[in-house]
Amino acid sequence: MKMRQLLLALTFATTGTLAVTGLGLGLVIGQTTAAKAEGIRSGYSYATKETQGLQDDDMSNPGYLWVDTGEDLWSKAEGDAGKSCNDCHGDAAESMKKAGVSYPKYKDDIGKLQNIEQRINQCRTDNMKAKAWKWESSQLLGMTTYVRNQSRGLPVSVAVDGPAAPFFAKGEAFFNQRRGLLDMACKHCHEDNAGNKIRANVLSEGQINGFPVYRLKWGKVGSTHRRFRGCNKQVRAKPFKNGSDEYVNLELYVAWRGRGLGVETPAVRN
Amino acid sequence: MASARLKVPKKAKKGDIITVKSLIKHKMETGQRKGKDGKPIPRMIIKKVSATYNGVEVFSADWAPAVSANPFLSFKVRATESGTIELKWTDDNGKVVSQSAKITVQ
Ligand code: HEC
Ligand code: HEC
Repeated sequence: MKMRQLLLALTFATTGTLAVTGLGLGLVIGQTTAAKAEGIRSGYSYATKETQGLQDDDMSNPGYLWVDTGEDLWSKAEGDAGKSCNDCHGDAAESMKKAGVSYPKYKDDIGKLQNIEQRINQCRTDNMKAKAWKWESSQLLGMTTYVRNQSRGLPVSVAVDGPAAPFFAKGEAFFNQRRGLLDMACKHCHEDNAGNKIRANVLSEGQINGFPVYRLKWGKVGSTHRRFRGCNKQVRAKPFKNGSDEYVNLELYVAWRGRGLGVETPAVRN
Repeated sequence: MASARLKVPKKAKKGDIITVKSLIKHKMETGQRKGKDGKPIPRMIIKKVSATYNGVEVFSADWAPAVSANPFLSFKVRATESGTIELKWTDDNGKVVSQSAKITVQ
């Protein structure tokens, strides 16, 4: 009898605790959601001390060799209009400061999104009457790295509403869509398993605030779309083309996931 | 010159130990990799890097294939007089890239 009372008491106590835990859970869930917006982590925070060290000092960060390339090209007149970027935009530190945080952007004239590489090439073809630079060429990488470097430290802030909304939705769907022989979506690695190891690598959130990044494995700077292609290939899925609508839409969604993160271009990653 | 960077303090006191930092764009092909066609990719590395301070050699190194692509190099030297510090990188093809910086010593 005594035992039974004790058990009842215990049950009560347990139920009591559960109720409280339930409340606690409600709170915890609320906190997790709130923390998600603030608790977004750059790939930098997952990198080794050595890799972080390379990025920390502009003189040891090899990505700056590409920033220099971009800086040289900035004042070089090319094309039939005989103009350089500098002739129209002046000091990049001023004129390009905002550009690095706000792309991809919806553009009325093309009726879809445009990313920063494409914006630069539009200036080449339309404003300079020069040839577009090839994707992953040292010129386009150099200029993109230089332009984005002007925004270093500023929070990523892209527009995903209004006319950008349908493209954003496509990017989000891409991110969550299983694909390839391994049948995996971006989210399976970069959302569900961020912080866990995959072979020798620690998975990060797959943020793009540091792009173009200097990758030790590549031995050079590479674009966001090169990284997307690599991640598609890893799961044995057919990669899309650099500059494809699919990747530009995906880029907008991924940029938005990292909203508020400071631009790190050129980041160093392994 | 976009392919190399050199950083030397603009000013130093006579006798100070200063740090010289440099970066150079180079693929540093080790000679041990194979291309898509299965043939070895020929070695192409920076084999020598040297530094002069007002014309006098203060640092030099022979590099081996284990040095990373786009290598960073830093070394220390005593500031003795105002002038120029110059770095020279020489690769397997004999191509030389140089970069110099001025320092004022008080
Ligand atoms: C003949 C003048 C001209 C030249 C030359 C030119 N641009 Fe532009 N650029 C423009 C104009 C006009 C805009 C649109 C400005 C706007 O939308 O507010 C623009 C916009 C941009 C933007 C987007 C800025 C933003 O905040 O959204 C970038 C990036 C850019 N240019 C880069 C370049 C680069 C890099 C070069 C050299 C390769 C270059 N431009 C050459 C005229 C020029
Ligand atoms: C099988 C797991 C896997 C999948 C699926 C995957 N990735 Fe990755 N991704 C990696 C690994 C491993 C790395 C390198 C380590 C890291 O930063 O996570 C990486 C790195 C990245 C980076 C670089 C992060 C940085 O800070 O430089 C981005 C961006 C990225 N992935 C985006 C994507 C996108 C977008 C998708 C979907 C198209 C995707 N990944 C799918 C494994 C994956």
